[in-house]
Amino acid sequence: MNLTLLILVPLITAVGILFVKGLKQVRTIALFGSAVQLIFAFVLFYFYRQERASGNTSNFLFENNYTWYAPLNINYHTGVDGISIAMILLTAFVVIAGVLVSWKMEKLNKEFFFLLIFLSLGAYGFFIALDLFTLFFFLEVAVIPKFLLIGIWGSGKKEYSAMKLALMLMGGSALVFVGLAGIYFNTNINGTHSFDLTQIAGMNIPIEVQKLFFPFAFIGFGIFTALFPFHTWVPDGHSSAPTAASMFLAGISMKLGGYGCLRVATYLMPDAAHEYSTIIIVLACIAILYGAFATMMQTDLKYINAYSSVSHCGFVLLGIGMLTKTAIDGAVMQMVSHGLMTALFFAVIGMIYDRTHTRQVAQLGGLMKMMPFISTVFVIAGLCSLGLPGFSGFVAEMTVFMGSWQKADAFYRIATIIACASIVVTAVYILRATGKAIMGPVVNNEHLSLGDAGWNERLAAGLLVLGIVVIGIAPFLLKDLINPGTDIIIQKIAAVIK
Amino acid sequence: MVNEFFILMKQELVITSIIFILLFVKLGKEETKNETLINFVNILLTLNLISGFFFQQSGTLFGDMFRTNELLTFEKNLLNLGTLIISLQSYNWLKDHKHVPEFYILLFSTLLGMFFMISSNNLLMFYLALELSTIPLAALANFDLEKRRSSEAAFKMIISSAFSSGLLLFGISMLYGSTGTLSFAEIPAHLNGNPLQVFSFILLIAGFGFKISAVPFHLWTADVYEGSPVAVTSYLSVISKGAILFVLVSALYNVFTPLNESWYNILFLISVLTMIIGNLFALRQQNMKRFLAFSSIAQVGFILIGITGQSAEGSASVIFFVLIYIFSNLAAFGVINLVSAVTGKENINDYKGFYKNNRSLSWVLAIALFSLGGIPPTAGFFGKFFLLLAGAGKGNYLLITIAALNMVISLYYYLKVIKAIFMDANENPIEQIKTSWSPRIAMIICIGGIIVTGLMSGAYQYIYSLVK
Repeated sequence: MNLTLLILVPLITAVGILFVKGLKQVRTIALFGSAVQLIFAFVLFYFYRQERASGNTSNFLFENNYTWYAPLNINYHTGVDGISIAMILLTAFVVIAGVLVSWKMEKLNKEFFFLLIFLSLGAYGFFIALDLFTLFFFLEVAVIPKFLLIGIWGSGKKEYSAMKLALMLMGGSALVFVGLAGIYFNTNINGTHSFDLTQIAGMNIPIEVQKLFFPFAFIGFGIFTALFPFHTWVPDGHSSAPTAASMFLAGISMKLGGYGCLRVATYLMPDAAHEYSTIIIVLACIAILYGAFATMMQTDLKYINAYSSVSHCGFVLLGIGMLTKTAIDGAVMQMVSHGLMTALFFAVIGMIYDRTHTRQVAQLGGLMKMMPFISTVFVIAGLCSLGLPGFSGFVAEMTVFMGSWQKADAFYRIATIIACASIVVTAVYILRATGKAIMGPVVNNEHLSLGDAGWNERLAAGLLVLGIVVIGIAPFLLKDLINPGTDIIIQKIAAVIK
Repeated sequence: MVNEFFILMKQELVITSIIFILLFVKLGKEETKNETLINFVNILLTLNLISGFFFQQSGTLFGDMFRTNELLTFEKNLLNLGTLIISLQSYNWLKDHKHVPEFYILLFSTLLGMFFMISSNNLLMFYLALELSTIPLAALANFDLEKRRSSEAAFKMIISSAFSSGLLLFGISMLYGSTGTLSFAEIPAHLNGNPLQVFSFILLIAGFGFKISAVPFHLWTADVYEGSPVAVTSYLSVISKGAILFVLVSALYNVFTPLNESWYNILFLISVLTMIIGNLFALRQQNMKRFLAFSSIAQVGFILIGITGQSAEGSASVIFFVLIYIFSNLAAFGVINLVSAVTGKENINDYKGFYKNNRSLSWVLAIALFSLGGIPPTAGFFGKFFLLLAGAGKGNYLLITIAALNMVISLYYYLKVIKAIFMDANENPIEQIKTSWSPRIAMIICIGGIIVTGLMSGAYQYIYSLVK
C-alpha cells in the first residue's frame, strides 16, 4: 500500500480539472476524484486493521522513505498510524461533502474546484508525513489556496478576512519553522542532523532545548487550531469563506494544528510538554469559555458556528495539555468529531443561505416547514455540538473530561469543571438559534416558496451525519483505531513524568 | 597554452564574439529589421547558454589573475540563463526601439564584466571587472530615451556607483597597505584582524552593500528601478545582484576567513536591517517596479542570512536561491514588462481586475509572487527554507526568528498584489494583452523553473557537490 497515492489522486484530479471546460465536466471530475479519495481512505483503513490484526505492532505502518535533499538529510518519509488514518478519513469525508455542496458554483468554477482539491492534497500530505520537512511543506501548501478561496468566492469583508487568515497562519508556520530548525540542529545521528520524526522520537533532546523550542512549535501549530489569544482569524475567516471552504477550514485545517501539537510538539518534546502543561490548560480553558460566551452574542449563523469552533477546539488543546492517555484519546476523538460536526454545520448554513440569502438568525424562522431535510440536519448538527449522547460530540467530550478528571490535583479538577460548564453555554446558544430559525414562526413570507435540499446536498449531509452517528453509537471503532497511536505518545510522556 | 586559453575563457570569448557580431551588424550598410535582429540575438544567447555546459575545466590564467572552475562556470551559466530570459521578455519593448544593437552591445558588455568579476582572483582584476559591468549599466538605465525619469535614473546610478567604487577602492588600497598583496590566494595568510584590516574590510562591505542594495546603502535602488526600462530593471535586480552575491560569497568564504568573527556580526546587523527596512518600505509602494525594488532589497536580507551560516550549506543555499530568484523575479518582471510595453501602466492599482482579461498572465504573476514570498510548492519555499536553515546552523535562533517573522510581513505585500489581481473590482481593467511567442517561452521557462527546481532536488545537490 503506497501512501503517496493519497497525494497523487488529488494531484491528478486537480490537473484533470485544468484540462476540461464547463461546470458540468469540472464538477464531475472533482466528484469522481474525491470519491476515489474516499474509497482509498477506506481501503487504507481496512488494510490497517488487517495489519494490526495480524500482529504488526510497529509504530507506523506502510512506511516509505525516499531521499529528497540528501546533503541536508531531508527525506520524503511517509507512514501512518491510527491517528493519521482517522484524520485521513475525516479529510476524505469533508472533501467529498465540500464538492457536493458546491455543485452549482457558477463563478470561476474551474479555479474553485482546482483550489479545493489542491487544499485536500496539502492536508493528506501533512497527515502522512513522517519527516518534519515534508510535514512543514504540506502545512504551508494548505495556506494559500485558502486565501484565494476566501478572497475570491467569499462574502462580506472577504479580502480582510482572507488576508488576516493567510498572515496569521503564515505567522504560525514561521514559529513552527523556528521550532523545527531548533529540533533539527539538536539531533545528532552519526554526525548529521535529522528531520526524521521516528528517529528524533527515538532519541532524547536535551531538556533546555525542549523548553526553548516547544513554545515555538506549540504556539505555531496552536494558531492553526485557534489557540487563545491567536484565535482571531477563526471567526472572520470561517464566516467570510464560501461554504465548501468554511467546511474545509473548520473541519480539516484546524485539525492540522491539533495534529501538529500532538505529533510534533508533544510527542517529540515530552519534557517541555509536561513543563508547560499548566499554561496550555489555562489557555485552553480560556478559549473554551471565551469562545462559548462570544458565541452567545452572535446573530449570524456562520459566526455562531465559527466562535463555537474556538470553544470546541479548546477541548482538543485541553486534552493534549492534560497528558493522560484518556485525555489524549479524547483530544483525537474531538478532532474527528468536531471536524465532521462543524463541516456539517457549515454545509447546512450554506444551504440555508443559498435559499434565503441571509444568515441572520433574526431574519429566519420556521424553516422546518419549508425545508424539513435541511432543518433536521441542522438540528442533528446542533445536538451533536452540544454533546447529546448518540452523536460523536458526546463521546469525544466525555472522553476528554474523563481523562482530565483522572488528574487528582485541584488545578486540573477546576479546569475540568470550567470546561464542563461551557457545555451549558453551548446548549444555550445552539437551542436558541435552533428554536428561532428552525422551529419558531415564519418571519418572512417569501421564504414559504423555498424548496428543500437537492440530491447532492442530501448526499453531502448524509455522509457527514453517517460519520457522526457511527462514531456516536460505536465509539470503539474510532477508539481502537487511534489506540496504538496515542499509546506511543503516552509512553514518551510516561517516561518523563514517572 | 592556446588551447587552455580558449577552453578556460570560453564563456567570456563567446560573449565577446557576440558583441563583435552585433557591432558588424550595426556598422553594416543595410538596416536589419528589429524583429529579425532580436530573434537572431536570442538564438545566439541560447547557443551561448548551451555551450557553457561543455568543456568544463578549472585552471588559472594571466599569472593567477583569472581563475575558473566548475562552480564559477555554473554561476556564469546562471547569468547566461537570466540574460536569455530577459532578452526574450523584452521583445515587445525592443521591437519598436531605435537602438536595438546598442542595447544588446551594452548589455553584453556588462555581462562580460560580471564574468570577469566572478572569475577574478585578484583585487585589481576584480575592480576592473566591476567597473566594466557598472558603467554600461548606467547607460542602459537611460535607455528609455524620451523619458526624463530614465535619464534621472541613469544619473543616480552613475553617481552612486561611482561613490561605492570609491569606497571599494579605498578599502582595497588599505588592504593592500596592510597585507602587501592583492591576490585572493595570498591575502588570507596576511590577515590577522588588526584594526586597519577590519576598517578596510568594512569599506569593502560598504562597497558590496551598495551594489547589492543592502540597507543602509539602498537608497539609490528604488529611484533607479522605477526610472529605468523594465528590461534593465530586471537585469539590475537579478543578474547584476546575483553576480555580486556570487563574488561576495566566495570572497567572504575563501578570502576573509580569518576575520570570520567580525564579518559575522556585521552581516548579522546588515541582514536584519535590510529585511526589516526593505519590507517596511515595500508595504507602501504603489508602483510595481518600486514595489519589486523594495521587495528585492528584503530578499537580499534573506540571502545574507544564508551567508552568515559560514558553511558549505550556506554558500550552496545562496547560489541555489539566486537560481530560484532568477526564475521568480524574472517571471514577475516579465509580466510587468509586457503590461508596461503594451499599455504603459505600471501601478498596482492598474492591476485591479487583471484576472478578468488576462488569465494566464495573472497566474504567471501570482506564481512568481508566491515563489518570492516563499510559499510551497514553488521553489521559493525551498530557497528560503535552506537559507534560513543555513543561518540557523550557526546557532543564532534570534536571527532566524526575525527572518521568519519578516517572511510573514513580506507575504502581506505580495498578497496585496494578488488581491488586486484576483479580488478587487475595476470598471475598466487592463484589456487582453496579446503575447508573442518569445515572451511566452520566457514565461514557460520561468514557471517551469519555479515548479521544478524546488520539488526536484537535482539543482541543489549539483550546487552542493560543486561547493563542497
